[in-house]
Amino acid sequence: METSVDKVLKPAPLKNGAGFNSQKTPETVSTNKRLKRSHRQIRAENIFRRTIMIVAVATVVLVTGIMVTLAYQSRLSIQSAGLGFLWGKVWDPVRDIFGVYPFLLGTLLTSFLALIISVPFSFAVALFLGEYFPKGWMPDLLKNTVELIAAVPSVIYGFWGLAVLVPIVRTFESAIGVDAIGQGIFSSSLILAIMIIPYAASLGRSMIQMVPSNLKEAAYSLGATRWEVIRMVILPYTKSGLFAGVMLSLGRALGETMAVTMVIGNTSLIPKNIFSPGNTMASVIANEFTEADHPVYLSALIELGLVLFVVTVVINMIGKRLIKGVTK
Amino acid sequence: MSVAIKYRIGKSTVFQALVMVLSFACVVPLIFILIYILQAGITKINWHFLTNLPKPVGETGGGIANALVGTSIIIATASVIAIPFGILCGIYLSENKNSKLAYWSRLCIDILQGVPSIVIGIVAYFWLVKPLNGFSALSGSVALAIMMLPIVVRSTEETLLLLPDSLREAAYALGMPFHRVILKVIVPCGISGILSGVMLSVARITGETAPLLFTAFGNPYLTTDITKPMQSLPLLIFNYATSPYNDWHDLAWGASCILLIWVLLLNIFTKLITRKWKVQL
Amino acid sequence: MESTIVKSVNYNAYFGDNHVVKDVNIEIPRNTTIAVMGPSGCGKTTFLRGINRMHELIPGATAKGQILLNGEDVMEMHPIFVRLKIGMVFQRPNPFPNLSIYDNVIAGYKLNGIKLPKAEKDTIVEHSLTRVALWNEVKDSLTKKGSFLSGGQQQRLCIARAVAMEPEVLLFDEPTSALDPISTSTVEELFHELKKNYTLIIVTHNMQQAARVSDRTAFFYMGELVEFDDTKTMFTNPKDIRTQNYITGRFS
Ligand SMILES: Nc1ncnc2c1ncn2[C@@H]1O[C@H](COP(=O)(O)OP(=O)(O)OP(=O)(O)O)[C@@H](O)[C@H]1O
Ligand SMILES: [Mg+2]
Repeated sequence: METSVDKVLKPAPLKNGAGFNSQKTPETVSTNKRLKRSHRQIRAENIFRRTIMIVAVATVVLVTGIMVTLAYQSRLSIQSAGLGFLWGKVWDPVRDIFGVYPFLLGTLLTSFLALIISVPFSFAVALFLGEYFPKGWMPDLLKNTVELIAAVPSVIYGFWGLAVLVPIVRTFESAIGVDAIGQGIFSSSLILAIMIIPYAASLGRSMIQMVPSNLKEAAYSLGATRWEVIRMVILPYTKSGLFAGVMLSLGRALGETMAVTMVIGNTSLIPKNIFSPGNTMASVIANEFTEADHPVYLSALIELGLVLFVVTVVINMIGKRLIKGVTK
Repeated sequence: MSVAIKYRIGKSTVFQALVMVLSFACVVPLIFILIYILQAGITKINWHFLTNLPKPVGETGGGIANALVGTSIIIATASVIAIPFGILCGIYLSENKNSKLAYWSRLCIDILQGVPSIVIGIVAYFWLVKPLNGFSALSGSVALAIMMLPIVVRSTEETLLLLPDSLREAAYALGMPFHRVILKVIVPCGISGILSGVMLSVARITGETAPLLFTAFGNPYLTTDITKPMQSLPLLIFNYATSPYNDWHDLAWGASCILLIWVLLLNIFTKLITRKWKVQL
Repeated sequence: MESTIVKSVNYNAYFGDNHVVKDVNIEIPRNTTIAVMGPSGCGKTTFLRGINRMHELIPGATAKGQILLNGEDVMEMHPIFVRLKIGMVFQRPNPFPNLSIYDNVIAGYKLNGIKLPKAEKDTIVEHSLTRVALWNEVKDSLTKKGSFLSGGQQQRLCIARAVAMEPEVLLFDEPTSALDPISTSTVEELFHELKKNYTLIIVTHNMQQAARVSDRTAFFYMGELVEFDDTKTMFTNPKDIRTQNYITGRFS
């Protein structure tokens, strides 16, 4: 007879107190209670096992459901425009023309610009906390503060951006002689850059802390300076981990909605330069979803959501795979 | 000392200085934002502000009572859905590390963690708003619950995996059934990690706006009926901040201030509770 | 005269394809103390964990054959009943870190959701702690967490926890290997005490310990039960050459 964990055995019929030494100890009473109770326990145990399994199945159903819903609801748009959807340069719901190239461009521009701005800061924080000052109250404070950056709601970043940052950018724009609008890709990138600092920073920090100290000591013993140790030991060792952090930051930037919606200027025209107003995929959905008054329009917005979903999931999965590769 | 060595040491020092400057530069915008919001908002907050409904355009005064109540209800409903579900799923994943189902479930949770919140909003719209013929707080709560889920699941799973097997064995050897081993021994020993995940997930959704845009939708009046559209703090901030009226901006600053304090307190509270409830193994 | 309490019939245990316990047949009489010996990795722990069905908790672990408890096959019983009747003490002390000393002793009741009157709980706690000679040391700090005790005290607490459930058989897997000599001798004295009421099966690497506490000794080698005999006979006049080599230290 073979048993394994997966197989739940049926309880055998119980003879009351069967096989027990009838020693007269204070426990005898409770012994009987205990055995009587156990039958109910066994039923509860099976129910519990089944419950957690159903819950796990439900997560799979949930995510599958999300994908199916997005794909199904965007069918109208997919049928009518096909792949041209992605390259179409005009988004004009009134004339039923749905090309999302302006939003793709807007999304890519804001995200990559934000990434370029934020990565040096993220890596600096990662090095500061992971290598230079791993312990003490000051690094603790820095760590908590940087974590707070991620905690502030994006709508607040958006509001602050609108009230404070946009006027500053407007002044800057008129100083360098471009259209002084203020709202636009550049402002969005600045806000995004602040918002995504913590993701790459905290992952980078843990990766840097994982560098074996004997490797670093070997380099020091050869007379390397701190910078050289970072260059020659830490960076090569943590390369893919740092890259994973950048991926996670990018995933956040691509999907960020509210702050961008509030400061990007919301136009469906192709942005001329990084100071132009524009729209990202997420901000179009946020702005137009409740206004979409006919099925193809709504469907086009959902297809945009589907594209956003696929892109962010792929980016995040790359990041996650890299992290797994490093930590194992 | 040779020039070459001096140069190398100098380079190292310069780099270290650069790292330090950049690190502390990150903090500057945050501090600016915090101070600005607090300054702009704190003066607006008073008893009247907290207990009254917003006034129509043109009238000064008015408060955000509907949003405070609404946010609390929406978050509470989302928590009721997501927390038990997430903890149970985390338990499954940590107890069945290598099963096929665990692999797929974990993959799905990973995917879910990366889904932009606006996309969750779209899905909730089709699952609840359309079938029920109208925006509702419930649909917003479901969207937020989906956002909470990955955080709760992952923190539960990771916490439980860290507990030593000897704990489980001690419990099994006493003839404890599976569910009691989990609920009476394993979960209590990991309670601080699980709680901190739960609190973080609540903090995370407290400020979420995008998934509520086409689910809870917002409501200028006070309601406690979760089948009706409901106002929430972040929605109110978004709507009033992007409006052209100064009175409404004032309202939005006050609301931002409250939302910010709420979220910060949740984060600090999480840190404290994690430390206090830690079971010493 | 003496009845068999635990009996294994062609018991085999596997970790995946790894055949770890091979065709073990053994009959253990009631109220005797058995020492289980053998070189590292020979399957002692696995066999012991097979008796109360802890073995199958490990993913991929399977078993074949029978383990009879009072003539009833434990494989046919629900593991909960098996473990209620056969207690176990582990190599490393593992008190529940979230429970007080008091609650640790009655953990088997408390965590199984069995409500007992306070007086009865007090009796069980005092009785069990007295039996493991821990009562005097901890009676003033019963509300402290179990993990504050020393290693030896923790191990006795774990024994008290098992004893409190009034099992018929107690399994010990190298119960003293993580303890200092003084704690070890306290636990050994405890065995003498427990012998009177329970059937003890003790895995140990310590031959002196086996000689001191056990009535009979089982010798395992590469997953097989090589020899099972009176402890005295075993140490003075082993029949199998492998036992002989082991006892004389010719392999570890
Ligand atoms: N969890 C496990 N998974 C896979 N194989 C295992 C596991 N535990 C033990 N084994 C294998 O089973 C064999 C027997 O292990 P067991 O723990 O029963 O030995 P033992 O006699 O108790 O040794 P020791 O004296 O070192 O405690 C070993 O060869 C080991 O490789
Ligand atoms: Mg062993």
